[in-house]
Amino acid sequence: MAVAGDADIAVRGDDRRSGRSPARRGRPGGQGGQSRRERANHPGLFLVPAFAVLGIFFFLPTLFNFVYAFTDWSGFKSEIDFVGFKNFRDLTVTGTLFGSLRITLVYALLVAIFQNVFGLALAVLLERDTRLNRFARVCFFIPVVMSALAVGYIFQALLKPDGALNGAVGAVLGTDVTIAWLGDTTWTIVVVALIHAWKWMGLSMLIYLAGLKTMPEDILEAARIDGASAWKAFWAVRFPLLAPAVTFSVATALLGSMNGFDIVQATTEGGPARTTEILNIFIYRTFGQGLFAQATTMSLILFLTVVLLAFPLIRTLRKREEVL
Amino acid sequence: MAARLQPVVVVILVVVLIGVPLWLVVATAGKSQGEALTPDFSLPTEWHLLDNIGEVWDRGRVPAAFAGSMLVMVPAVFGVLVLGSMAAWILARRSSRFFSVLYAGAISGIVLPPAVVTIVLLLRQLGLAGTAVGMIGVYMGIYMSTVVFFVTGFIRTIPTQLEEAARVDGAGPVKVFGRIILPLLRPVLATATILICLYVWNDVFYAFFVIGGRIDTLPLNLFQVASAGLYLNNWHLIFTYVVVMSLPLVVVFVVAQRRIISGITSGAVK
Repeated sequence: MAVAGDADIAVRGDDRRSGRSPARRGRPGGQGGQSRRERANHPGLFLVPAFAVLGIFFFLPTLFNFVYAFTDWSGFKSEIDFVGFKNFRDLTVTGTLFGSLRITLVYALLVAIFQNVFGLALAVLLERDTRLNRFARVCFFIPVVMSALAVGYIFQALLKPDGALNGAVGAVLGTDVTIAWLGDTTWTIVVVALIHAWKWMGLSMLIYLAGLKTMPEDILEAARIDGASAWKAFWAVRFPLLAPAVTFSVATALLGSMNGFDIVQATTEGGPARTTEILNIFIYRTFGQGLFAQATTMSLILFLTVVLLAFPLIRTLRKREEVL
Repeated sequence: MAARLQPVVVVILVVVLIGVPLWLVVATAGKSQGEALTPDFSLPTEWHLLDNIGEVWDRGRVPAAFAGSMLVMVPAVFGVLVLGSMAAWILARRSSRFFSVLYAGAISGIVLPPAVVTIVLLLRQLGLAGTAVGMIGVYMGIYMSTVVFFVTGFIRTIPTQLEEAARVDGAGPVKVFGRIILPLLRPVLATATILICLYVWNDVFYAFFVIGGRIDTLPLNLFQVASAGLYLNNWHLIFTYVVVMSLPLVVVFVVAQRRIISGITSGAVK
């Protein structure tokens, strides 16, 4: 059925195009023949397996999100009934909904800023192709290869009150230092975002390096002849030319960290006092308690937030590119 | 001035930002339980790395976890690359509005988060809950968009004349795809393979929901080892596990880094 449908619309699409160029219509064979050949050479049947996988394992569960968020599905009873907006009301009344949402957005924003500032700084620093720089690039990419869970445990050990960092600082100062880096209700979210950015800055660095390498040499030459300092040349000429790399790197960092889980789970488990409880931590915990419908409701909130955020963000970043 | 300072800055940054955390891992993995209780940067008085690996091998069920990780990763990555490339070929070559709508749908998963809770419900209904097949399907569903996006962009740079030549010789679509298109996709498929292998190998979030405990995978077992020491942190075991689990990927990466880095950079910015 799907195949018949797409063929039908494909023909109509060709008609629309041929309307614009009437000269082509008179050609022997005509548009119908061309489209039939297109269908034979690139058969829509090749799409079926991929779309079957997408349909079953991606679109259908997403559709279910919109249904089960309005039910009382849980691990405690076998039947599932509609309850309207009860889950949304409950989550709003307890303050969890807006709390987790705010934390997730703050987290994503911080990660996007840190990861891109570090990544860009590293790319500029390591731009020249010396042996040392190549070695350093490999080093900075190692955290990207490691598991985020492992990264989380490393930083937990580093940042505990009796952990390695306080120990080293204390040894230098000659006193006992017991700063709870991961125990502050205000700043811990910033620390965790820094850890997330540390893990992924190597990827941003690569993206910016690729952008810097493909820059036309003569534009920089012109800036130099005009007497621009290195600093000025960077901000006036090179940074604007990096716009496509910025789009890609900022969008993946921001939207990727909305989906974050491992690093927060391994460092703070959402604490202290739930101040780092991003949406996926809440979903994981609520699901573990058997409150499936509430977890689904949060999953729907995450979905809608990403949709509302993604399209304006990508459009704005794309518009920045067009200014060039 | 700046040129002479640059190598010094690079060395300091590498040592502080990368060297220090990795040193903590290796040093702690080499310590006995008593010494590792409060992790610091000191050298172990006596190296216990092999003993620790032996203990983690049993307690963390490393062989089973390695097998489980491979069992899920290999078919998922292979499947998503083949099916994704097939779809990408058609989506790149056909230009009607209907196909651009299909393309938008196919790449929507790059941005949209997977509905992880209702996936569990669906897998139960399909009888796939907790199975490797279910997990493979979920990973394929999540990363299909990435493959379609990268490969479609790449195919658009391949001239159609190559296909036409084969068609004149009487090759059908299957032959054209298998003999002409697929071999040409090698660079972009290499990049996609690396990225998706990384994501699947290291994933713990989706594995929690889909297989939680019924199949061993490396990240799930690392989580178990770490949680088991809730009241008595077994830092020496946690970091030994981190070493065992990360070593295959880090070694593959360091050996093939030049190709991997150039592959990712050419894929990211076009």
